[in-house]
Amino acid sequence: MVPDGLAANGSRSDAALVVEHLTKRFGDRIAFDDVSFEVGYGEVFGFLGPNGAGKTTTVRALGTLIAPSSGSAIVAGIPLSEKNGSAIRSRISIMPESPGLYLRLTVTENLQCFAGLYELDDVRGRINRAVRAVNLEDRSRDLCGSLSKGLRQRVALARALLNDPAVLFLDEPTSGLDPVATREVHELIASLREQGVTIFLTTHRLEEAERLCDRVAILNTTLRLIGRPDELRAQLFRRSLDLRLRTPLDDPKAVLGAVPEVEGWEQTPSGYTLSVSDPDLAAPALARALVAANADILSIAESHHSLEDVYLELIDEDVEAKSR
Amino acid sequence: MSFSWTRVGAIVRKELRDYRRNRFVIGTMAAFPVLFITLPTIQLIAANTTNKALTLRIGLSLLYMLVIPVMMPSVVCAYSVVGEREQGTLEPVLSTPIRREEFLIAKALAAFVPTLLIAYAVFGIFLAIAALFAHPVIVSTIYAGSHVLVQLLFTPLLAGWAIWVGIAVSTRSADVRVAQQLSVLGSLPPLVIVALMSLNVISESTALAIGLAAALLAFDLLAWRVVARLFDRERLVIGGRG
Repeated sequence: MVPDGLAANGSRSDAALVVEHLTKRFGDRIAFDDVSFEVGYGEVFGFLGPNGAGKTTTVRALGTLIAPSSGSAIVAGIPLSEKNGSAIRSRISIMPESPGLYLRLTVTENLQCFAGLYELDDVRGRINRAVRAVNLEDRSRDLCGSLSKGLRQRVALARALLNDPAVLFLDEPTSGLDPVATREVHELIASLREQGVTIFLTTHRLEEAERLCDRVAILNTTLRLIGRPDELRAQLFRRSLDLRLRTPLDDPKAVLGAVPEVEGWEQTPSGYTLSVSDPDLAAPALARALVAANADILSIAESHHSLEDVYLELIDEDVEAKSR
Repeated sequence: MSFSWTRVGAIVRKELRDYRRNRFVIGTMAAFPVLFITLPTIQLIAANTTNKALTLRIGLSLLYMLVIPVMMPSVVCAYSVVGEREQGTLEPVLSTPIRREEFLIAKALAAFVPTLLIAYAVFGIFLAIAALFAHPVIVSTIYAGSHVLVQLLFTPLLAGWAIWVGIAVSTRSADVRVAQQLSVLGSLPPLVIVALMSLNVISESTALAIGLAAALLAFDLLAWRVVARLFDRERLVIGGRG
């Protein structure tokens, strides 16, 4: 699902984030280089990349925790600069990878502290709403040190929601969590998405991005690809059909080569993968040709490439490029 | 955005709650007063009024009182930044609108207020015990001259110095234990001047006490400026790579 108002290229003029040619260097080391993208209000934007790709550094730069070396950005409508740091930070929230809670303080006391730091009014009401949003009402008086890792992550999410941020940065929110806690965090993010919260999600969990994000960007120091998951698949992979047969064809060239929509094929352990111009036209024609050739058809289906395939394809390209 | 006392208050309240539930901090805050009130009190009550070294003994007793505002905040402040960084709590705080000055003032106040309360309370108890149980000659020596003035003036100023040294060390350290050792060492130099006065090496007078207090105040203000410049958000977040 793509939020209303997104243009064909996935961006829109009243963007929550506008990043142009942003670069950060630490001495000779480049953390990220020439990164440009836009994120619309209400969008869930996934920022993918392997460890060390520069995802967290990008979040820190956009959150005014570190200064970019070059480039520019507009965060929640405010130009990114040291002077505007406090104003930008008042309009956004960052949930770092580690929850960073005061373990000797209760859940409520942690949230009270941050409500004060954001100078919020109606502190009690906001805390109640934030705690309710993450289903922690019954644990609000517990010391954070007594909570499990998953619950601490939920408290960190409640803290990030306190100020109703224009942009919510979630940095690897499910890192180190077990599958149950991961599912709970996913459900919370999905409910925030339903409420129209703009979310910038960094992750290297591809199923997480595929499930939660409207658009994704793949970063490996430079921005490699950006778009909706289906667009990325279309960009990287030609459309194809997976053909499964009981026994291989005696003369595949005579059968498959005779179908005009089939542009090429390769044999797989269970049959053939065929490059086709249009799967909807190719599949019936292929079925007819196979029947005519007395082949035992088990299945003909359009190949599905996951976001993981896209990601691995890109990262493999980078590895190959570096080794050259 | 202007300086916000609301944000300062939020950090101070958090710090005080954290201290209350931290056995190490409670232990430190309790041990210093007990230690530094017992020895001088025994020393004074047992003192012989004909002893020529009486003045020296009183000076030494009062010097003990001034160790409290130096030692107590230096240990607490050495933890204030590097400790938060080790716990992973610094980045979430720095991600909020809090400004550098607000963060530093909050950390300083959270150490200054309890230090001042404990140091003055200990001195008050010491004066009361002396008045009740010590020989009248000793009592009049303690209450006379500039002893009380020195205590009242130098307690907050020495605490201020120790706090800024502690925070400065804490912002540049990567390890809490190293920070605490360096912080205690760095807090001691101003105590030497006070020790010289207390031990009558420099003859004590009201004018001298006020002059030295003014100088220490100037150093405290200078230390605050230096600490504010040392506090680099980027360096603290990325761990010194920048």
